[in-house]
Amino acid sequence: MESAKTESITQLQQRAVTKRASLKLNIPGIILHLILIVASALMIVPFYWMVTSGLKDMSQIFLIPPTMFPQPWHWENIHRSLTAMPFGKAYFNSAYISILIVIGQLLTCSMAAFAFAKINFPFRNVLFIAFLSMLMVPEQVTIVPLYIILKNFGWLDSHLSLIIPDSLFSAFGVFLLRQFFMGIPRDLSESAYVDGANQLTIYMRIMLPLVKPALAALAIIAFLGTWNNFFRPVIFLSTTDKFTVPLMLSTFKGLYVTDWTLMMSGSTIAVIPVLVVYLLMQRYIIEGITMTGIKG
Amino acid sequence: MNPKRSNTIWGYFFIAPQLIGLLTFSLIPLISAFVLSTLDWDGFKAATFVGFDNFNYAFHNPDFQKAMKNTLLFSVLTVPAGIFLSLLTAVALNNVRMRVLYRLFFFMPVVTSSVAVAIVWMWLLNGDFGLINVMLKTVFGVKGPQWLTDLHLVLPSLALVSIWKGIGFNMVLFLAGLQGISKDYYEASMIDGATRIQQFWRITVPLLSPTTLFVTIIAVIDSFKVFDTAFVMTSGGPAKASYTMVYHLYELAFKNFQFGKSASAAVILFIIILVLTVLQTYYSRKWVHYAE
Repeated sequence: MESAKTESITQLQQRAVTKRASLKLNIPGIILHLILIVASALMIVPFYWMVTSGLKDMSQIFLIPPTMFPQPWHWENIHRSLTAMPFGKAYFNSAYISILIVIGQLLTCSMAAFAFAKINFPFRNVLFIAFLSMLMVPEQVTIVPLYIILKNFGWLDSHLSLIIPDSLFSAFGVFLLRQFFMGIPRDLSESAYVDGANQLTIYMRIMLPLVKPALAALAIIAFLGTWNNFFRPVIFLSTTDKFTVPLMLSTFKGLYVTDWTLMMSGSTIAVIPVLVVYLLMQRYIIEGITMTGIKG
Repeated sequence: MNPKRSNTIWGYFFIAPQLIGLLTFSLIPLISAFVLSTLDWDGFKAATFVGFDNFNYAFHNPDFQKAMKNTLLFSVLTVPAGIFLSLLTAVALNNVRMRVLYRLFFFMPVVTSSVAVAIVWMWLLNGDFGLINVMLKTVFGVKGPQWLTDLHLVLPSLALVSIWKGIGFNMVLFLAGLQGISKDYYEASMIDGATRIQQFWRITVPLLSPTTLFVTIIAVIDSFKVFDTAFVMTSGGPAKASYTMVYHLYELAFKNFQFGKSASAAVILFIIILVLTVLQTYYSRKWVHYAE
């Protein structure tokens, strides 16, 4: 009886101690959360300001102090932006160009990566080093010769100038997928080989299904990279109807530089769909990018 | 068919598309850039060989010097601050509740088009009605500067935008690196009475150094490629105060049609990036700590 009582007292004391300790630890925890909330706000406010400024009119936008919300909301700004420039067309262009590049890269990169990882052919290592070295060459360095080559092909001001080079070449994609193919045990392909399967069957039936996560990561990176690319479209394209979303937005800015409401609603139109996709798939996108360390 | 020959055929069959791409859109353009840098060519009339004249011209060209200086300054302004802030954020997020939610916010600018980011920040940084100056006025009673039209502020302003856009990217790489550090080190040091700050400097920083090296190389290369923000926000102005290397080679080629001179600027940019990467990798031996 006596011992049970002392025991419960020590338990109580212990609980009190841990409680005090956790209270004590929580103060830095709260400060940490406060700092993180402020930092997150710094990340979100520009987006918030873009959306709300885009729904104000010219008299509201210049108010000091500024208003948090448009009063009233000018939804017609969205319509004005959409009619000022063919954003719908730009969306279609960006979407189909990006999708074709993703499909192209998944196919060609996985093929090359499979060969580099699993087939022994002459000059394999030399060729692989050639691919690796290209990782060091920024697109800005080769842009002038590339421009001249595409001009000779007659591809300038055509979507081919964006689709073909990116579909047929990605040193990064080859490197990334090769790493994954290397991780697949040799026995797997060898036993299939003994059973009479040819390399094409091994590649399609055995290897591709095993590297799905890497294919998903490459797809995300290739998509974001081509969707957001500005450097190539601004140099290769000249007809408004062929513009991609970033190029359309930049041209739009050149025309309406003083009309901030229209510029912000235009930016909102350009950004929101991508952000919605990002919010829905953020886990895959962030993890895919972390896995590879490339922004696209 | 013997297996060796079959392997050769299959191997080249599989790499064929990428090999054609490598040659046509990367390797040949790279070699051509070097060749082109020794030519005087406008894209129409016959090219003439000028040896190193284009490089000589570049180093005496005030525009090139300005572009070089601005790019170096931009790199200095963005890389250390960007890496420090993203490391700090990653450490803060590492063991905190609602990490996924915070990470979501920090990563938002990374997936956003650089053109849209540039336009939104033009409005935020607007000297008269931009949110930043309006807040400075209403909260602190200070009259904010003309961020984007002031000769000395324009580059730091662009650097700010670049840091803001890139912080989430570096942060997720650091977070991945932090996940790889065993908790044992922290527990053992806690028993020995180490403080949080000691743990940060003695455990986190050294064990994270491979990631830091990787992030630094990417950040330096990225800072040398800056173009989109300068093009959209300031057109390289005012008075070329935000004129960068890539902007310079873009203008030479696609505004002035001086392909040879542009290629020489591109070759110089390439060599700088190459040398910086090699140097960083070489000197990393001194400070990068590779765990077993």
